Amino acid sequence: MTTGEASLGITPSRPAPWRDAKIRGIAYQVIFVAAVVGFIAFIVHNTLGNIGRQNIATGFGFLHREAGFGIGESLIAYSPADTYARAFLVGLTNTLHVAALGIVFATILGTVMGLARLSSNWLVAKLARVYVETFRNIPLALQLFFWWGLLNKMAPGPREAWQILPDVFVSNRGIIYPVPQANPAYGWVAAALCIGVVVAIGFGRWAKQRQAATGQQYPTGWIALALVIGLPGVVFLGFGAPLALDVPVLKGFNFSGGDVMSPEFAALLMGLVIYTGTFIAEIVRAGILAVSWGQSEAAMALGLRSGQRMRLVVLPQALRVIVPPMTSQYLSLTKDSSLAVIIGFPDLVSVANTTMNQTGQAIEGIAMIMAVYLFISLAISLAMNLYNRAVALVER
Amino acid sequence: MVAAGAVAPASSALAGPTLDKIKAAGSFSCGVPTGIPGFAQPDSAGKYAGFDIDVCRALSAAIFGDPEKVKYVPLTAQQRFTALQSGEVDILSNNTTWTLTRDTDLGLNFGPVVFYDGQGFMVPKKLNVKSAKELNGATICVAPGTTTELNLADYFRANKMEYKPVVIEKVDEIFAAFFAGRCDVMTGDGSALGAQRIGRASNPDDYVVLPERISKEPLAPVVRHGDDQWHDIVDWAVYALMQGEESGITQANLDDMLKSDDPGIKRMLGVTPGMGKALGLEENWAYNEIKAVGNYGEIFERNLGTGSPLKFDRGLNALWTKGGLIYAMPIR
Repeated sequence: MTTGEASLGITPSRPAPWRDAKIRGIAYQVIFVAAVVGFIAFIVHNTLGNIGRQNIATGFGFLHREAGFGIGESLIAYSPADTYARAFLVGLTNTLHVAALGIVFATILGTVMGLARLSSNWLVAKLARVYVETFRNIPLALQLFFWWGLLNKMAPGPREAWQILPDVFVSNRGIIYPVPQANPAYGWVAAALCIGVVVAIGFGRWAKQRQAATGQQYPTGWIALALVIGLPGVVFLGFGAPLALDVPVLKGFNFSGGDVMSPEFAALLMGLVIYTGTFIAEIVRAGILAVSWGQSEAAMALGLRSGQRMRLVVLPQALRVIVPPMTSQYLSLTKDSSLAVIIGFPDLVSVANTTMNQTGQAIEGIAMIMAVYLFISLAISLAMNLYNRAVALVER
Repeated sequence: MVAAGAVAPASSALAGPTLDKIKAAGSFSCGVPTGIPGFAQPDSAGKYAGFDIDVCRALSAAIFGDPEKVKYVPLTAQQRFTALQSGEVDILSNNTTWTLTRDTDLGLNFGPVVFYDGQGFMVPKKLNVKSAKELNGATICVAPGTTTELNLADYFRANKMEYKPVVIEKVDEIFAAFFAGRCDVMTGDGSALGAQRIGRASNPDDYVVLPERISKEPLAPVVRHGDDQWHDIVDWAVYALMQGEESGITQANLDDMLKSDDPGIKRMLGVTPGMGKALGLEENWAYNEIKAVGNYGEIFERNLGTGSPLKFDRGLNALWTKGGLIYAMPIR
């Protein structure tokens, strides 16, 4: 361009700086960044100034002090003599616990319901539709109150607990169930299960390559099943099938022995699973409908059976539609678990609220909550993005 | 409105601005409990009434000569301190226990103790529990963010007992959960337990408050650090109510008392000027208070004592001259 202009002997006069789009663009950006930085600096300065004038303690030193309050349920050992940091960790593990179980069950429920909505059976399809339309249109907080109230008010006290299965009781203290007594055999069974899974995956890969190279097929499914279930089973029997149970017994105020799922945890899990399940159902349905019928017809023309058609042709294409919105649902579920506060499940937010109240350090507490949720969300995002990359359509 | 709310926290830390701000706004906001019978509860018309409310009404009368210039902000135990620190409310009258860390780390100042309380346990009668020492293994309902939550942990540790806390932020919810049978035991300030037993249980006789008091719970109004004048006004507004009872000044005989020859009464009611000016208020500040809500004894009896369904004894909350702890500093 320059050469062309030079050859014509015309030197274009540079526009005034405030008329130059490029310079103006840079100036706008500088002003914008300065404004944002200035605003943040003002807020921080103002906050620190006010806190200083009111003599409110600052900093994270409080984390090492004794918490002094009890927490109702915990996956890790905790007593009121532990520090605030430990209490915070208890809240975090409780949040992760409910979120992890919630994601697994919501995915199962949502997938089943999503497939049910596509069912050719009129009743099944309509029931699934009623489920989706009902539960996704009622606010989650109300659903949590509903489940919690149901468990609290309907269930009897521990001394009149309902026995729904041998040694499984339902009372307003929660669902009490027996657990196997600790035995070294279980460690070995778990190890055998891991080995079984790894070998099954390796075998599957080998069989696939083999099929690609020679066309020879193996009954991969059956062999994998034998490895995953059979191997731990043999180990279990090898140890003499130890099945001693820690059975709950009514003692004093409550049951002792066995394990308890508190009404708060049960209500929270139920609420999260049923609510998020509706959205997942719609995502699964949309994903499957997004694969055009021509793909199935083509698969049929190749002579694939219906299971193979779903597994080899429809699902791989549906997944690339399903995975990104599914990530959002997992993130929502994790963040929604903070509604635990309203029904009294000691999740991260609940513990942090109490901590803030005892120490008065609200800004630190909120900052920690925000950092933790951000970290959890980014971790889920990262995992799902990696998975998405694995299932994304490879264009050739 | 919104702008005023946003600016308030920044300006509230200057010396003595709270009173100016309140006078300019024509009202102040008072953080009260979300619902404890006798202390703070909306009546059938939705108007708040109770012991905590009357403290705010008295303060309003002392400042404006009118007990209605108060905006009530219901706050849970967990919300209240942040609300006060951030300037959302000007005073807490919220059954708040005076402790060292709250006084220091939280940047708060406490007014005079208006109710001497102690932590107790309430259990259903059918559990046949006679003493708090028998509560090993119990599931216990407790409101989070309270001193009772901490005392509970201390008490069970000291007595080498186990318990399972159930914590729910809203007072309504936690008591509903207890009365529904979610917990074996409800713990809280003795007064609150007694009040909720009468006010909320479908049959109060099915429940009993155990005799032990495991802690001292001096309940006092709270203001934030950084405004000594406002702190002084709250202090003396409360002392005037107590002095009123001690001097025998009641809502009924108030106008007669203006003619009293007692120099102390003349000073307090503003017949002899000086006290109001010292506080930055009108000279008839104490007169207005007692005219609006009565003296301390009248407030107590009306909300918690013989004039209420709760029928609490004065106990520790009797005047010092009658064996209690209520003692006003000299108004002079």
